[in-house]
Amino acid sequence: MIYASAFNSVNMHYLMGGLGITIAVSIISIVISFIVGTILGVILFEEVPYFSRTVQFIVNTIRNLPLLLLIFFTYFAMPKLGVELNAFTATVFAMSVFESTMVSQIIRGGLLSVGAGQIEGALSTGMTKFQTLWYILLPQALKNSIPPLISQFISLVKDTSLATAIVLTEMMFRSQVIYGQNPNYMIPMFAIVTALYFVVNYSLSLLSKWFERRLATS
Amino acid sequence: MIKILTDNWSTIITGFEFTILSSIVGLLGSLILGTVFALMEMAPNKFLKFIGTAFVEFFRNIPLLVITLFFYVVVSHAVKINGFWAGTIALILYTSSFVAECIRGGVNSVDPGQMEGARSNGLTYTQAMIHIVLPQGFKLAIPSLGNQFINLVKNSSILSFVAGLDLMYQANVISGANLDPFNTYIVIGIFYLLLTGPLSVFMNHLENRLR
Repeated sequence: MIYASAFNSVNMHYLMGGLGITIAVSIISIVISFIVGTILGVILFEEVPYFSRTVQFIVNTIRNLPLLLLIFFTYFAMPKLGVELNAFTATVFAMSVFESTMVSQIIRGGLLSVGAGQIEGALSTGMTKFQTLWYILLPQALKNSIPPLISQFISLVKDTSLATAIVLTEMMFRSQVIYGQNPNYMIPMFAIVTALYFVVNYSLSLLSKWFERRLATS
Repeated sequence: MIKILTDNWSTIITGFEFTILSSIVGLLGSLILGTVFALMEMAPNKFLKFIGTAFVEFFRNIPLLVITLFFYVVVSHAVKINGFWAGTIALILYTSSFVAECIRGGVNSVDPGQMEGARSNGLTYTQAMIHIVLPQGFKLAIPSLGNQFINLVKNSSILSFVAGLDLMYQANVISGANLDPFNTYIVIGIFYLLLTGPLSVFMNHLENRLR
């Protein structure tokens, strides 16, 4: 097997370090975009005069741009504004901005799917608008949003590979470095990178299916 | 910004054309392939079902970039293939797995009575599926298919990795020459919005009408 030597310990160690960066970028972006996205989702749902419209416009603009463009913009154009970010923070920033807008749409949809009777009931028992939102609406909305949120986060994990373009040394980039040294390593590298991405994302999608089944029965 | 537009007009338009071409080829290809794989996933035949499910799960869970580079770097050794086609074929494969899920969702929400009625009228499973159930399921899947098409247009920026001559690639060429990435990316962003903006307004309209 000429391919077996591609999986030597030096290469594997290097590649696994890349997987670590991929996972780190993913987790940080997921946490930030979940928090920011939920806040944006509530703003879109509440229909505050003028303010919500403005937020909606900004969200739609960002949502309709390719993530790759946002990554390039953050890394190459933001220094013009005096914001210098390294590849890691630039990726996290661009992904958080982009994914927050995606999450906001999911949360808004989740809030809309909660029946109007829930709001009326909560308000008529004397809860304030904020209490209604916090104790009644959001918990139900978040529960309904879990499956679409997980599929959004799966695409987030996949999209971290785009950071290769700004030379973030995540897994995809490192695999290119390895097969750049020896063309015989090309096919093994594609095989292992595909397998690793698949394992991470497929576990996430199994989790999503599990939630879907639980939500269907409850 | 106006200067970037006038100086690089033909470059930008070339990129715009390649992005549109890739999106349209990608749309047609992934609709056809996606429908085939959705039908396989729902087939009563165990073997077909396995192949369909495996294909969809595989391409849904790996990054588009991996597929694109695979075609550009590995497949191009065996078959001559340029960046544009490597990227577009990858787009078709990747998007068809999402299209298959949309169509499966649509077909599953068709009333089961339709299938039973067709079968009891003497149609075979294949006939009933193709003539009765699939057209209705397809109609139900239109809103989610529209969102996939918007994603497809955005994902076509992957072509820039493999010199696919699309908008994103031209943006890097232009900003490499004029050293003004800030305004260049804004101009290119506007061109992307020209494509995705009307599409998403149209999809919202359609969703509201169906609701």
